[in-house]
Amino acid sequence: MEAMRVKIDGRSYDANPGKTILEVAEENGIKIPFLCHLKGLTDVGVCRVCIVDVRGQLVPACATVVTDGMEVLTSTDAVAAYRRSVVELLFAEGNHVCAFCVSNGGCELQDLACDVGMHSVRVPYAFPRNRVDASHPRFLVDRDRCVLCGRCVRACSEIEGAHTWDFAERGRAVRVITDLDVDWGKAATCTGCGKCVEVCPTGAIVRKGASNAEMRKKPEVVAGLVEGRSHG
Amino acid sequence: MAKVRVATVWFSGCAGCHMSLLDIDETLIDLAGMIDLRNSPLTDLKVFPEDGVDVTLIEGAVANEEHLHLARTARAKSKIVIALGDCAVTGNVPAMRNGLDPDRMIEDIYGKPVTSNGALPYEGVPRLLTRVSPLAEVIPVDYFLHGCPPPAGLIAKAVLALVDGKTPELVGPDLKFG
Repeated sequence: MEAMRVKIDGRSYDANPGKTILEVAEENGIKIPFLCHLKGLTDVGVCRVCIVDVRGQLVPACATVVTDGMEVLTSTDAVAAYRRSVVELLFAEGNHVCAFCVSNGGCELQDLACDVGMHSVRVPYAFPRNRVDASHPRFLVDRDRCVLCGRCVRACSEIEGAHTWDFAERGRAVRVITDLDVDWGKAATCTGCGKCVEVCPTGAIVRKGASNAEMRKKPEVVAGLVEGRSHG
Repeated sequence: MAKVRVATVWFSGCAGCHMSLLDIDETLIDLAGMIDLRNSPLTDLKVFPEDGVDVTLIEGAVANEEHLHLARTARAKSKIVIALGDCAVTGNVPAMRNGLDPDRMIEDIYGKPVTSNGALPYEGVPRLLTRVSPLAEVIPVDYFLHGCPPPAGLIAKAVLALVDGKTPELVGPDLKFG
């Protein structure tokens, strides 16, 4: 296949057809922050953290395939401002109390606040009241800390093949559920593999027994499993 | 050079941010020569200075009527207001009660188990607000120092810059919550 030329932030790069903007940027050492993207899972572009400017249009870099001659701007003032707003909204709609979180110090959302320069959240906090489900013997889900990235849903469906996790409701009421909204401990399809724990970017899905700031995850296990499969 | 007038205020928080402020070690000695510390839990001056200050650091979330009043006073009488720590910046732990009824909480916490005379702490104490708020939802805030508590080095960096008449540069790891 013929390589294409893509211009990112004013410099030209070779790109293979079918690659996303995020992949081409990563290959060339250009950092674009992301949250819902995870190597090995289908990209869905739902969190909007990786938005970039393609000729005046804002598109998610993880879910946009490059085309020949494409011109991408990853960090204009406008893009940075939108990205920061996106992260502020993620913080505002949950109860992300970093100080008392098992993932404190190992959280992708916490790191994003630093990366995008989030000094404060400029919209009113929603302070929702969400349900914690600790019915599973080994894991728990703290929906206050969920950013609805859907990594758990995709890892469970695409990698484990169980599809225990999914979304319920609409709009602000959206939440992750297990099976048909039963307690996780009673979800018949859950194999207990723990992939959802490893891919969850925050302290929303965690191992029981982890104390404050003790939880460290390995989201890269998914890419490893996919890589292993490709070798039969 | 005139000393920079500084006040510190403590709302709904654990005093950990003030502890971190004291934890800047020998920088305190340098700072002592440069600032005039006015109203502060550290000085036990109870009234916010009428003639105002240059910089006010506010620890804690806005959780009761007194906090709200003092936040507005501090804003009106300070050139620069700093939200000191996660409770002031985000609401943090004190805001975890949001969504619960404050009167019911007082009944449950103070009324039922221990009080012998049945008196609830309404008289002479500020009423709890229905919703605990981050400082910036109540007054304009100039700088935000993240962390629970903010690292001593971060506080020193910000305060020293301001005392020097400069803008504190808060970037990257300076913005880490928790």
